[in-house]
Amino acid sequence: MSILLDENSRVIVQGITGRDGSFHAQRMIDYGTKIVGGVTPGKGGQVFLGVPVFNTMKEAVAATQADVSVMYVPARFAREAMLDAAESSIRLLVVITEGIPTLDVLEAYERLQERGIRMIGPNCPGLISPGKSKVGIMPGEIHKPGRVGVISRSGTLTYEIVKQLTDAGIGQSTCIGIGGDPIIGSTFLDLLPLFEADPDTDAVVMVGEIGGQDEVVAAEYFRTSMTKKVVAFMAGLTAPPGRRMGHAGAIVGGEDETATAKIAKLEAAGIPVARVFSDVVKLLA
Amino acid sequence: MKLYEYQGADLFRAYGIPVPSGVAVCTPEEALEAAGRLGFPVVLKAQVHAGGRGKAGGVRVVNTADQMLAAASEILALEIKGLPVRKLLVAEVVRAAREVYLSLIVDRRRRKASFIACAEGGVEIEAIAKESPEKILRLDVATRELRDIPLERVMPIAASLFPHPRESAETANLMRQMARLFAEKDCSLVEINPLVCDEGGKVIALDSKVILDDNALFRHPELLYLRDPEAEDADEVAAKEEGLSFIRLHGNIGCMVNGAGLAMATMDIIKHYGGKPANFLDVGGSSDPKKVIAAFRLILKNPDVKVILVNIFGGITRCDDIARGIIESLRQFEVRVPLIVRLVGTNEAEGRHLLKEAQVISAATLDEAAARAAAIVGALR
Repeated sequence: MSILLDENSRVIVQGITGRDGSFHAQRMIDYGTKIVGGVTPGKGGQVFLGVPVFNTMKEAVAATQADVSVMYVPARFAREAMLDAAESSIRLLVVITEGIPTLDVLEAYERLQERGIRMIGPNCPGLISPGKSKVGIMPGEIHKPGRVGVISRSGTLTYEIVKQLTDAGIGQSTCIGIGGDPIIGSTFLDLLPLFEADPDTDAVVMVGEIGGQDEVVAAEYFRTSMTKKVVAFMAGLTAPPGRRMGHAGAIVGGEDETATAKIAKLEAAGIPVARVFSDVVKLLA
Repeated sequence: MKLYEYQGADLFRAYGIPVPSGVAVCTPEEALEAAGRLGFPVVLKAQVHAGGRGKAGGVRVVNTADQMLAAASEILALEIKGLPVRKLLVAEVVRAAREVYLSLIVDRRRRKASFIACAEGGVEIEAIAKESPEKILRLDVATRELRDIPLERVMPIAASLFPHPRESAETANLMRQMARLFAEKDCSLVEINPLVCDEGGKVIALDSKVILDDNALFRHPELLYLRDPEAEDADEVAAKEEGLSFIRLHGNIGCMVNGAGLAMATMDIIKHYGGKPANFLDVGGSSDPKKVIAAFRLILKNPDVKVILVNIFGGITRCDDIARGIIESLRQFEVRVPLIVRLVGTNEAEGRHLLKEAQVISAATLDEAAARAAAIVGALR
């Protein structure tokens, strides 16, 4: 099993005819993901990469029975694309796009919540249930099917950790990049219960970083409500306060938001934290 | 992008939020002239992106022209939390009868836009939130409401800040204008601390703190003039123009990494092995060799750099493209410091082969690369 995504998930690519969208759509098809269509306003009726293109998400879902959409639309058009997805009857929207204005994300999040649609991202690598389906931009070949869940705010750092897991023979049930923005559709806290309930996940790796309090809130949930093992890594021990470290959300706003403060709170809640990320594998053993 | 108080006050004026009359100046002479127009007494306020200006001596009331030149020169000579004072706001003195706190924020944790208010003003709101959370009032506003929030929605908070009916009405109207400003200019924070009621019962924003969302600046060309290039590191600005994310630090190991999280983790691992990173540098997700060259130019500009560590996890980024960028950089620049490269992922074998031919040291793991970089710097000490 896995969470949120499996071999039966039917996926639409929003922005399929764009540079990033077409490149990654092909890689997802190669991995085995069921890509059933694409959306690019104004290009409805065309066939692209062997799948039909639609003008709106509503049309796309009506014609394909898709339940997932992944979005590669540029930041300045992202608001309309997210709101378009909210009018369809998908259950999961994965927003890869980086640099979307925060109020646009918030507006889309509010609308998607009203419609009961889960959002992953924005500014994220997407998610993968190894051997079944991948929806996003991560290199599929570093993953291996197995029983460890991964939730991360980062992209390449997650690939590093996943590769170390795979090299050590530890496979993954589902790996989710939740994104590096201040407002994201799914937080650690939103996703931990899904792994807790998944009979085929034994343990979870949380990859966090400076900024915000999401890891700490998740640690409190772990302490009160989880039976499965959770281990963590926090990036940004050396980050100077007040500076935005690449990710829009990776900025130390107050003392509570430093990596040191978060590590202390996670460990107090019973989540061991690797000091160097190569130690994550050891903590799982 | 953080705005200075005087810039925030200009936005407030444009939205009909009452602020004291005031002028921003750069020299004591200009300050004197401004005070002449406003009439004494005036208050001088240092314009820096830091709190605690009052305690640092950056806010002073000046009663006469004689005191003006000395007071203005002294404040302009200050450094507040490491930031030099380059501008002063000269403003009329407002006699506050009562002070409160009011802000509109994007609350990350609750994923909402929210008004935060407190009947005690001019204080550290974070301290109150910790010590007496019951004193903090909060009103969540849906994003679609921001541009035209009904008066009756904001009235309860307005009335609890200033109970007198005329003052509550003014405050409620001010809150509506704050929300409109917040939405129309894509703010991530609008804070008034303190919001005061003067002796005549007029509600005035005595300070302004506005932060604009960097991601939204593309649709606000009218706000770009507010950028203060003097306050920004020239290399960091240059990096942004090249599509890189760069932050100068104080160590001597230059870093080039793809991805922000991995870049932070790379800095951390360098420190773990006893080294100190000279910078944070994320070359981003593409494989463009031009970005690698631009990154080398930035790293090599720093005379403190004693060794360069390149850490790439190829996903979309292809290791052979990065290797080509590295080799081209070595051809273009005189690189006198050791270079350690760790490439993993897409087209790793090709990348390593290219580097081997060019006699560049590659490391198998990041632990090995970081330990070697730290050892090289340690041996130089």
